[in-house]
Amino acid sequence: MGLAKRIIPCLDVDAGRVVKGVQFVDIRDAGDPVAVARRYDRQGADELTFLDITASSDQRDTILHVVEKVASEVFIPLTVGGGIRQLEDIHRLLHAGADKVSINTTAVKNPAFIKKASDHFGNQCVVVAIDAKRVDSEASLRWEVYTHGGRNATGLDAVQWANRMVDLGAGELLVTSMDRDGTRDGFDLDLMKQITDAVSVPVIASGGVGTLEHLADGVLLGGADAVLAASIFHFGEFTIEQAKQHMATKGIEVRL
Amino acid sequence: MSGIVIANLGTGNLRSVSKAVEFVNGRAATVTADPNVIQNADHLILPGQGAIGTWINQLNMDPVLKKAVESRVAHGPVLGICLGLQALFDRSEESGGINGLGILPGRVRHFANEHRNVEKESVEAEHKLKIPHMGWNQVYQVGEHPLWQDIPDGERFYFVHSYFVEAANNVDEVGQCIYGNVFTAAAARKNIFATQFHPEKSQRAGLQLIKNFINWNGV
Repeated sequence: MGLAKRIIPCLDVDAGRVVKGVQFVDIRDAGDPVAVARRYDRQGADELTFLDITASSDQRDTILHVVEKVASEVFIPLTVGGGIRQLEDIHRLLHAGADKVSINTTAVKNPAFIKKASDHFGNQCVVVAIDAKRVDSEASLRWEVYTHGGRNATGLDAVQWANRMVDLGAGELLVTSMDRDGTRDGFDLDLMKQITDAVSVPVIASGGVGTLEHLADGVLLGGADAVLAASIFHFGEFTIEQAKQHMATKGIEVRL
Repeated sequence: MSGIVIANLGTGNLRSVSKAVEFVNGRAATVTADPNVIQNADHLILPGQGAIGTWINQLNMDPVLKKAVESRVAHGPVLGICLGLQALFDRSEESGGINGLGILPGRVRHFANEHRNVEKESVEAEHKLKIPHMGWNQVYQVGEHPLWQDIPDGERFYFVHSYFVEAANNVDEVGQCIYGNVFTAAAARKNIFATQFHPEKSQRAGLQLIKNFINWNGV
């Protein structure tokens, strides 16, 4: 027995509501973030991740209030991502009750920021989010890093980028397959395996979960330390507890 | 007296700790770096996350605060969390090597330094050991303590750390955890109880431990 693999429900928060888009269209309202967080906590979620997808900066403070409210009654780790550009942004989120922050675009624009954040707050609090898309190539399997919610290609190789981020002080990586996100076809297991093999920090697999089997595959075949999913939990299809029971039957150690 | 006091040593998610106290106690705790308030705490919590150097230097730069913490730690219930456990020991490998408060004998080591030795025997074992040790792991109660009340042996708590405590004296050890090697998950002596894991982030079991601490008179 030892360290349990984690199940992390992800709450995309826009203007104070949980939303979920399917391949970036058909955005569905999935409820009040505090109520959703409370439900997942009761079901045994190991952590919660909030992604602030609010486009306009004047609504940035909304996420702080959400985090404050959730942190007052849910006592599991909270990660918050979206719109983090400076140390002050991290400071405010941690002060509101977040335990970790997830950084994507700013890491690409300014990699030194990851070192600065890690030196200042400790690497345990710095999660680097990597959105990766398969590159069509006969020669070899590779992925390119995207930013701005998947809109901008960077030319960076995802596996090399993962290594660089860990060297600069990322304490954890959140790896999302852009090809699979919202498809419910399962994780991109080749991508997960390449990154989990390459780095020495924990990796969260994300993007594409449609069944409980996909969650187990992320751990058993992808080598992930944690699995993240949104829509299979949001709309009552499965509970966290069912997901854990299923993983346990596959021999995966979970916190029941 | 100043009730439940959370010492603010410039690191960590103090809000999470105070919210957890408020949740189980119904009243807010005082989060402060004021030496007078710390000295008069009924229950003192020493939390901390991040780099131990930041934590220790904060004390070393402020001798009045350091004296208040040291004199308060000598009597009355104290709960150390994460760095608040590590700092009680003699010395840490972190931050280029730094002395702790030396209240408990032992040292603080990095998981990777421990595992370079193991690697020769098993490359696989070393390879699989992700650092930081992050997530829910089992805590084995190797010593009896009022703070374990209503918490099952082997219960999972939330850990996040790259350095671990190796207590020199196993009588101080009340909880153990296994991650690559066995390490001190909880240590206790007299009025002090300290954990490597984060009770404030460990859901029901963690809240139970905080409740037990608040109900504990330190003997």
